[in-house]
Amino acid sequence: MSLIRSRMPVSLLVLTAALMTTGASAALAAASEDDFKAAYAAAEAANKQAGLLRDQWSATVTALADAKKAAGAGNFDQAVASSNEAEALAKASIFQATSEKDAWKALEIR
Amino acid sequence: MNVRPTILFVSAALALAVLAFAAAQPAAAADAIDPAADAKAFQKYFTSKFPKLKLEDFVNGPYSLNEDMHRQWVEKEEFPPYEFSLDMGKEMFAKPFKNGKGYADCFANGGIGIRQNYPYFDDKEGKVVTLELALNRCREANGEPPFSYVKDEMAALTAYMAFTSRGKLFDIKIPNDPRALEAFETGKQYFYTRRGQLNFSCASCHVQNPGERIRAEVLAPALGILNAMPIYRSEWGGMGTISRRFTTCNVQTRGVALDPQSDEYRDLEYYLSYVSNGLPISGPGARP
Repeated sequence: MSLIRSRMPVSLLVLTAALMTTGASAALAAASEDDFKAAYAAAEAANKQAGLLRDQWSATVTALADAKKAAGAGNFDQAVASSNEAEALAKASIFQATSEKDAWKALEIR
Repeated sequence: MNVRPTILFVSAALALAVLAFAAAQPAAAADAIDPAADAKAFQKYFTSKFPKLKLEDFVNGPYSLNEDMHRQWVEKEEFPPYEFSLDMGKEMFAKPFKNGKGYADCFANGGIGIRQNYPYFDDKEGKVVTLELALNRCREANGEPPFSYVKDEMAALTAYMAFTSRGKLFDIKIPNDPRALEAFETGKQYFYTRRGQLNFSCASCHVQNPGERIRAEVLAPALGILNAMPIYRSEWGGMGTISRRFTTCNVQTRGVALDPQSDEYRDLEYYLSYVSNGLPISGPGARP
């Protein structure tokens, strides 16, 4: 018991410090327009690749539009977040298209 | 002295080559494109899954799979919702272009009773030509602007052409041309390929789950699914073409639809029509 009691304040201190650090870094890491441009370009490139594979997702298009809208309103944190989401979705669609190149045969009626 | 190892080496190499060739044969045979075998297996799958249905019943889609819906459909057919479009199509078909020619000049048999032959493989172009595409090409060749591929005028024209072909059996030809076989195979691949965020293929609904409900709708079997096109869909509140059906399906899986009449959709129509060879044209149709 005493051991636990003695450790509790330390744990709380660590937790508080961690939260403060996170908060501080979040405040420090407010996204810039350049961050948005980089994130958006990456997402757009991935979606273009999905297009070449003929497998774009509508959710990617929506996320890209959300990113542009947020950037237009000066909310670059949101713009970067939406761009990252779009990139993740586009990469998932690329994975789908690539794996389906052979996987479709499993469904075929023979 | 050195001859023996050489002979041994050459013999071993030959044996390996023979083995490799023999092993490659079944794989090559399995991958060979055989539309006739595919169509046979396709039809057998559905007739086995729904043993009570006659082959021709499959063209009525979900109405053949659900008794209540079938009753509704019989009543609906007394005043079919596609009738306005059919009348419009008949009128449009008869009206000459500005140059005095008409649709009848672009098609065999004056365009009457020919729906069952579309799509076909055009060996000059090396691609599949659908009825919708042929209609717009006819218009453009006669100095008229093309119609939207998805509804309204195009749906009306194809409704009339389907109506004049009712009862005729799908008779899609695949010539012995590697490009035609490739088009068939590409269409098949598109049909079975999962796409969109929901990870659905055409087959997920129309092969694996016909007769089951997806939300309020009863899924139609893939066999005969194009025979009833174009259709009036209550969900759309109007008529839609095959192009509309394909693009809508892609959107419903949360995918971005391709352009109507893109090569993939043309090949998909070629595949789906061919595997329904022998089933009657029933279009225009109505669906929930």
